[in-house]
Amino acid sequence: MRTFNYRRRKLVDQLMRGLSALATGCAVIPLIAIIGYVLTIGSGAMSWSFFTDVYQPPSNAPEATADAPAVAYDPNDPFANLTVEPEAGTTGSTEDVTNVYNASPRGGVLHGILGTLTIAGIGLLFALPIGIFAGIYLSEFRNERFATIVRFCCDVLSGSPSIVAGVTIYVLVVLQTQQFSAVAGSMALAILMIPIVTRTTEEMLKLVPETMREAARGLGAPTWYSTFTVVLPAALPGIVTGVMLAFARGAGETAPLILTVLGSNIISTDIFKPMAALPLLTYRYTESPYPGENTQAWGAAFVLMMLVLLMNILVRVATRKSGGNSR
Amino acid sequence: MAVRISIRTADYDVEGQMAQQSTPPQWSTGKSPLRHGDVPFRAGTVALASAVVLLVFAVAWMLYTSSQEARTAFGWDLLFGSTWNPVETELNPVSFGGWPAVRGTLLSALIALIIAAPLAVAIGIYLAELCPPVLRTPLSFLVELLAAVPSVIYGVWGVFVFVPFFSSAVAEPLSATVGAIVPWFAGPIATGRGLIVTGIILALMILPTIASLTRDVLRLVPNTQREAMLAIGATRWETIWLAVIPYSRAGIIGAIMLGLGRALGETMAATMLVGNTQRISESLFAPATTAASLVANELTNSVSSLHESALISVAFALFGITLFLNFGARLLIWFVERNTRGGRS
Repeated sequence: MRTFNYRRRKLVDQLMRGLSALATGCAVIPLIAIIGYVLTIGSGAMSWSFFTDVYQPPSNAPEATADAPAVAYDPNDPFANLTVEPEAGTTGSTEDVTNVYNASPRGGVLHGILGTLTIAGIGLLFALPIGIFAGIYLSEFRNERFATIVRFCCDVLSGSPSIVAGVTIYVLVVLQTQQFSAVAGSMALAILMIPIVTRTTEEMLKLVPETMREAARGLGAPTWYSTFTVVLPAALPGIVTGVMLAFARGAGETAPLILTVLGSNIISTDIFKPMAALPLLTYRYTESPYPGENTQAWGAAFVLMMLVLLMNILVRVATRKSGGNSR
Repeated sequence: MAVRISIRTADYDVEGQMAQQSTPPQWSTGKSPLRHGDVPFRAGTVALASAVVLLVFAVAWMLYTSSQEARTAFGWDLLFGSTWNPVETELNPVSFGGWPAVRGTLLSALIALIIAAPLAVAIGIYLAELCPPVLRTPLSFLVELLAAVPSVIYGVWGVFVFVPFFSSAVAEPLSATVGAIVPWFAGPIATGRGLIVTGIILALMILPTIASLTRDVLRLVPNTQREAMLAIGATRWETIWLAVIPYSRAGIIGAIMLGLGRALGETMAATMLVGNTQRISESLFAPATTAASLVANELTNSVSSLHESALISVAFALFGITLFLNFGARLLIWFVERNTRGGRS
């Protein structure tokens, strides 16, 4: 050892322990600040219409009603209502423009919420069969050499930037079909979800005691039968956890959606057409020059954060409970 | 975990011997079609598992072929050429030099790493070794929760809260004083968006990733290692510094490399905060661009197939770098895991 001076060693010990505690404190503060800001400012943007209405262009004109819609949108044209024209009763003068600029936020993000659920949901449908069966393979045939390759490929997929998934689907699907679409976005998200589902399925199946497999084998059950009736049901809560985490990850991704889904201002039910999504709205409203829309960016971020955090907390609680039962 | 293996008790009589009329389960007779299930079962799982492998190859192959046009036209200039000009004008010919983007990516990731790596390792050490047991679970949970926050939310926070704060509190005074001498901190500060804010926000984003991985790696260190050190009279810190960290050094480096990979490939926070300009400025406060944000901004608006191909080759380079980093990092972490397993047995 370098020194046997006890007081100095004690000092160094306390200093370094204090420093690492301090570092933890320093790092946790901005991270909590992010959540705090989103929760406080975001909840300020909440209103009933925020959840029940779709995009409304900033305007001072009275709110459109069902009887007298302000603009008739072409539902097939996602750009139909992007341009703001002087409305009836305004002249388009500088004052009007200033008033519009300062207008309080209108409309909501219902289209974004529905779009995110649709896109991430379909993405999950793509990812589930591949992810779960690959996970079963990795766990039940874990010693095969091919399993190592699959595991490495999973790591590559989960480590590669999300924009790469977007570029891939952009070239393979969007350019081929000449159409931005929700399904293309789902495929891009599926690329990001597959490694999560695969690895959690594998880990959860590995946690099932070997004695259970042996018991089933002892009763004469073939491997596939014991896997589906004994091993999978035992690991089901854990697998559901992984699926939920994958959904949360997909729902929060923005970059691949920019290249594949494009976004929309209306509720679109056609999954082969562009669709709105919460992260896309958050991004667009953040870059918007209108303060009213900036407020809505916080609101959209709030909804997105709630979705992701709730799912994570739910997963945490669920796994803790099932972990307690098994012991 | 509840498992139901139903045994038909009715088939057994009181002495525990099988009753005459009982029929054994179908699959145990050797006649049932069920016993043939294993071959298709294995084939099915192998097929879907190879879909994962196929996906990786599809991504790599697609990036390779679609970037061919630009790569043959420009070669390494795609990464190191200094002008990015997709539209031909009288003064400027079309040219795709990705250096501004590559430089921005490297610098912002470097800034992020310099800030995040020491902090995150300290957090990992605190969580694994020093933290009071009461705090351990909630703090770990918080760290993992933060790793799950979508990047666009970090972007929103950066744009509306951090950038105004940073440019008025740090950037402007710094550029007014030090900026005259050190070109890195030169003004003017226009929008406040630039490399350094991007780097700081990226640091916040990779912090939880590195911290939780470091904690996991430190937990793998066998207790005998600590006990031996404490037994010869070492303090807690000496134990950590001389016995625990050397044991898991490779794993910690692996965790940092994974964090670096995430910082290099991060798209949304960079796009929202970096300012997106192709001009190279020495000042860290000036707007710049990164590879990922270049692709996100321009790919859907590409003006020619050459432009598209150039952008895809930037994505290809990004994929290659992160692939390499991941490979190295996994190798290191795997190395630690194998060694620790040896240590425990």
